[in-house]
Amino acid sequence: MVPSDRPAANAQFVNIGERTNVTGSAKFRKLVAEGRYDEALSVARQQVEAGAQIIDVNMDEGLLDSVHAMRTFLNLIAAEPDIARVPVMIDSSKWEVIEAGLQCVQGKAIVNSISLKAGEAEFLTQARRCLRYGAAVVVMAFDEQGQAESANRKVEICARAYRLLTEQIGFPPQDIIFDPNIFAVATGIEEHANYAVDFIEATRRIKQTLPYARVSGGVSNVSFAFRGNEPVRRAIHSVFLYHAIAAGMDMGIVNAGDLPVYDDIEPELREAVEDVILNRRRADGADPTEHLVEIAPRYKGEAGQAAKTDLAWRSLPVHERLAHALVHGVTDYIEADTEEARQAVSKPLEVIEGPLMAGMDRVGDLFGAGKMFLPQVVKSARVMKQAVAYLLPFMEAEAASQERQSAGKVLMATVKGDVHDIGKNIVGVVLQCNNYEVIDLGVMVPADRILEEAERRKVDMIGLSGLITPSLDEMVFVASEMERRGFSVPLLIGGATTSRTHTAVKIEPAYRRGPTVYVLDASRAVGVVSGLLNAEQRDRIIEATRAEYRRIREQFARGREVKARTPLAAARANRFRIDWTGYAPQRPTFLGVRSFSDYDLADLVPVIDWSPFFQSWDLVGRYPDILQDDVVGEAARGLWADAQPILQRILRERRLKASGVVGFWPANAEGDDIVLYTDETRRTERARLHTLRQQIGKSEGRPNTALADFVAPVGAAPDYLGAFAVTAGHGETALAAEYRARGDDYSAIIATALADRLAEAFAERLHQRVRTELWAYAPDEDLSPEELISETYVGIRPAPGYPAQPDHTEKRTLFDLLDAEARAGMGLTESFAMTPAASVSGLYFAHPESHYFGVGKIDRDQVEDYARRKGWDLATAERWLSPILNYDPVAPPAVAAAAAA
Amino acid sequence: MTRAERIDRLHRIARERILVLDGSWGVMIQKQGLDEADYRGARFADLPGQMRGDNDILNLTRPDIVTGLHEAYFAAGADISETNTFSGTVIAQADYGLTAQDVRDINLEGARLGREAADRWTAAEPHKPRFVAGAIGPLNVMLSMSADVNDPGARKVTFDQVYAAYRDQARALHQGGVDLFLIETVTDTLNCKAAIKAILDLDEEGLEPLPIWVSGTITDRSGRTLSGQTVEAFFTSVSHARPFAAGLNCALGAELMRPHIVEMSRVADVLVAAYPNAGLPNAFGEYDERPEETAAFVGEWARAGLVNIVGGCCGTTPEHIRAISAAVEGLPPRALPERRPALRLAGLEPFELA
Repeated sequence: MVPSDRPAANAQFVNIGERTNVTGSAKFRKLVAEGRYDEALSVARQQVEAGAQIIDVNMDEGLLDSVHAMRTFLNLIAAEPDIARVPVMIDSSKWEVIEAGLQCVQGKAIVNSISLKAGEAEFLTQARRCLRYGAAVVVMAFDEQGQAESANRKVEICARAYRLLTEQIGFPPQDIIFDPNIFAVATGIEEHANYAVDFIEATRRIKQTLPYARVSGGVSNVSFAFRGNEPVRRAIHSVFLYHAIAAGMDMGIVNAGDLPVYDDIEPELREAVEDVILNRRRADGADPTEHLVEIAPRYKGEAGQAAKTDLAWRSLPVHERLAHALVHGVTDYIEADTEEARQAVSKPLEVIEGPLMAGMDRVGDLFGAGKMFLPQVVKSARVMKQAVAYLLPFMEAEAASQERQSAGKVLMATVKGDVHDIGKNIVGVVLQCNNYEVIDLGVMVPADRILEEAERRKVDMIGLSGLITPSLDEMVFVASEMERRGFSVPLLIGGATTSRTHTAVKIEPAYRRGPTVYVLDASRAVGVVSGLLNAEQRDRIIEATRAEYRRIREQFARGREVKARTPLAAARANRFRIDWTGYAPQRPTFLGVRSFSDYDLADLVPVIDWSPFFQSWDLVGRYPDILQDDVVGEAARGLWADAQPILQRILRERRLKASGVVGFWPANAEGDDIVLYTDETRRTERARLHTLRQQIGKSEGRPNTALADFVAPVGAAPDYLGAFAVTAGHGETALAAEYRARGDDYSAIIATALADRLAEAFAERLHQRVRTELWAYAPDEDLSPEELISETYVGIRPAPGYPAQPDHTEKRTLFDLLDAEARAGMGLTESFAMTPAASVSGLYFAHPESHYFGVGKIDRDQVEDYARRKGWDLATAERWLSPILNYDPVAPPAVAAAAAA
Repeated sequence: MTRAERIDRLHRIARERILVLDGSWGVMIQKQGLDEADYRGARFADLPGQMRGDNDILNLTRPDIVTGLHEAYFAAGADISETNTFSGTVIAQADYGLTAQDVRDINLEGARLGREAADRWTAAEPHKPRFVAGAIGPLNVMLSMSADVNDPGARKVTFDQVYAAYRDQARALHQGGVDLFLIETVTDTLNCKAAIKAILDLDEEGLEPLPIWVSGTITDRSGRTLSGQTVEAFFTSVSHARPFAAGLNCALGAELMRPHIVEMSRVADVLVAAYPNAGLPNAFGEYDERPEETAAFVGEWARAGLVNIVGGCCGTTPEHIRAISAAVEGLPPRALPERRPALRLAGLEPFELA
């Protein structure tokens, strides 16, 4: 039992949304009666967003066709993933309405309610049917004699119902929920004064004597006497729940998110309410009800004081209001304003082409002038999308209405083997709100599919995106396929690893029939696309780009000739030297792997490095300074404010799951490899990690480093190596899809970016625990979150695919060692991108002198050596190492050797 | 053996070893190169429209082919073979213009053909009894999803219609002698719940309850059914059937199915069954994963303790089943986890009040 002095009010208590109940909400009743189901749905959605874990749907209203209303509403909910994700409570006093509801839910619902009111036979018949539809049931404390009022009667009826259900028809006891009737208190009638106490007492006894059964109730009844005085009603609900939950009440039909915290209620009011709920004599002898009635009016005024916002813009003419809404990303009035604009024109299309496009042009101008930034533009797009969605039915109704003319069709895809799409999605939204039709094929899209779709949809342009280096090769492949299949539309290249140089040197030469253009960041996309589609500018831009890329290729060729590399043997002789004599490596607290499943996200929030979050929206600057930045500060603050509720929602509803695995093994360096052993005898090789060595030209005192240098060589000391793989991306796709489904790409992109941040934070937090607790080589470390983010600690956690080890394929070894798939649900694509996308992996090095570095370009001698060590042929090695080759693998060796000399 | 004795054997064998289901029917029938006349036979010679492609009708027009496939799969080592009744409802057969009596005959005859083949093998190999699962497939109409993009609340059929269609099918399969029901390739859990209710309600007609096996389909990497449920939500939504087994089939090959089987294995306190496709279809829509490849994946599941029943779906052949059977031979079945009683509900996602 929960201690009564401090019940954990929301630890396990289940909020059942009450607003989709025609008996409880006048607004909902009106919407249903008038057939305005779209708005009725948004009531349901708001409740789920406000934290309702189950929604109660009740259509019992004399003037409604309740069966039809129940069926219609539940069928509509089924099409709304953000509502349908929670279970439904089918609430009716009529069996036919309940059965209609049961026939519309694919999940497992709760029936509310059945009872012994009409005798055992009917009760059991209905319960058996619930069982065959697969539903839990609420059983009211109601029998042939009537509704139970006293605690004793409540318990007696519930116990009888429990026995009948479990013994006669095998109803699972855990699927029984009792509703021991919450009645109004403080009505002035003496017999009602103990009703709350009776409920609380009955709850306590039901929970003690009827195993696995649950207790629920409709909370708002209790305060019925104070209708019209919402603040006092809310206080009554809060105090009632405080005591009922302590007694074991499991769930309740309440307006989620609308209850004051017990401790926050003004003390005098709280005490007065408490006297009423607990039916206590007051010390001054006054009747508790009379006292509450007396003081209640003093608290009435506090209701409805919503935060005041400046609504002066609402008095502007409608086209100005639309422009304001677009520029400021305000969706609150967009439908009404759009409707007003629609009535003023002859065709709905004119609203889009007139005031809406004018507003978006203003957004475009402000963006172009550097007065608006990407997150704000994406928010504008959300407003635009809603306005267009509103107009769509009207446009379809107009048989004669012609197709809306888009400025052009752009097909976009993240290439095969790659899963990252934040940048691509931002570009897509920005293009859309500039009136381009965007066909987004998503992530991991093979060349075939890209080109088939491009042909079928007759697109004007193809945009490819990728984050990891192997995607560069895939882009070259797509380009060569475009050439082979006779394409001539422009090819746009973007994404974190892409570059102008790579585009000029590798991609453009593969595709000669059409132009290839590198797009530096999302904010450039519109300029590039509109230029390429503009008949007057097109040829000039293509010519200029070709000339520029030709120049880059020449520069690149020249640059390569002068970059002399140190031969591998000499580089090894000049390795980074650590003095191993007298160094006693710390033994980790365990060897082998350990999983961290369902890691507490709240523990990760303090160590989130926010700067990259802003960067993904092209807002450059360090957090938190960026919030005060003269130029991007306002955009950054807006983005920050919009991200917080989404982060809170992720935490509260556990929409993302963080899982990870950490491992340690005895290890020693052998040449440029690191050998991991099965155990401390160091006889059996468990796995071998391969590292790459810098071959930069010699300059005084600078070593040629490889990661292997940071591990004690065989025979020097019994050293260790750690590895990790973590993700915070389980659930990310669904969450983003949920936002996208309701036209909110903005929140979808934020959610994806937050998953990335949480994954990085998870890696940071685990590394901290590795240093202080798991490997424990720095047990006394005590760093602030800022210091953690700036990496001022001992030891490093480099990742394959990054500068210190540019070979992505090493992730395979890492994942196998860690059993990352089974233990953390993580996988690798054919290009060694990690799935889910929000994932981080790497190695742990403990030596105080270990540090981050970049391998830089390497020569054929090391590539040949590396291929031998990995068991690859030379071509395979050259393919995976292509971004760091210091020579052209297609050139004859003699030439390359001469160039290197 | 009586049916009750067979079911008792089935339960006992399931505790001792991993059971093997048969493989695909569609691909195997396709390989026979049947023409329109084969499908029609004499009975449907004059029916308008095309009958080719209605594989279930072969129970009536080419029973030799159906018997041959049961034989081939039993010979390959399958413990359980499915009746050739995947589309045996009046709703699914409406396109071919069959009457309710035709559909009833498809199921009765389908069950009888399976029964005969199984009994022959059980008589020949009493140590390894063979079982017949009455196959109940999905419909081309869904109760949870609208067929009309402009009206998300629209449905082409009612629950009562789907329920009645499944009840007719289940009754005929029961009367034809199946040992258990297999509601498979579930794309919409509400359709599946109609089938469950139809089966459970057969007791109103005095028919003895038979074990129910429910097999959902996860359509892609998102880990959800076509109607949007997660694996756990799906299991919660069908657990009132008190299923003999629950699992997944179709849509994915073994490699991609694994994480979802892991999840089912984690949540289900009943036997877990999995029968994947032979990989993903190639560019021509054909499945080319070789028997030893499929078997390697399935064998790994067995060694990892994830499964109690395995088999094959689209693209798998008797050779696949032979390889799968060999791969799981002698391996212990997954131990059933204890699930603490708790109020478990589901929307698209699971809900648990611990």
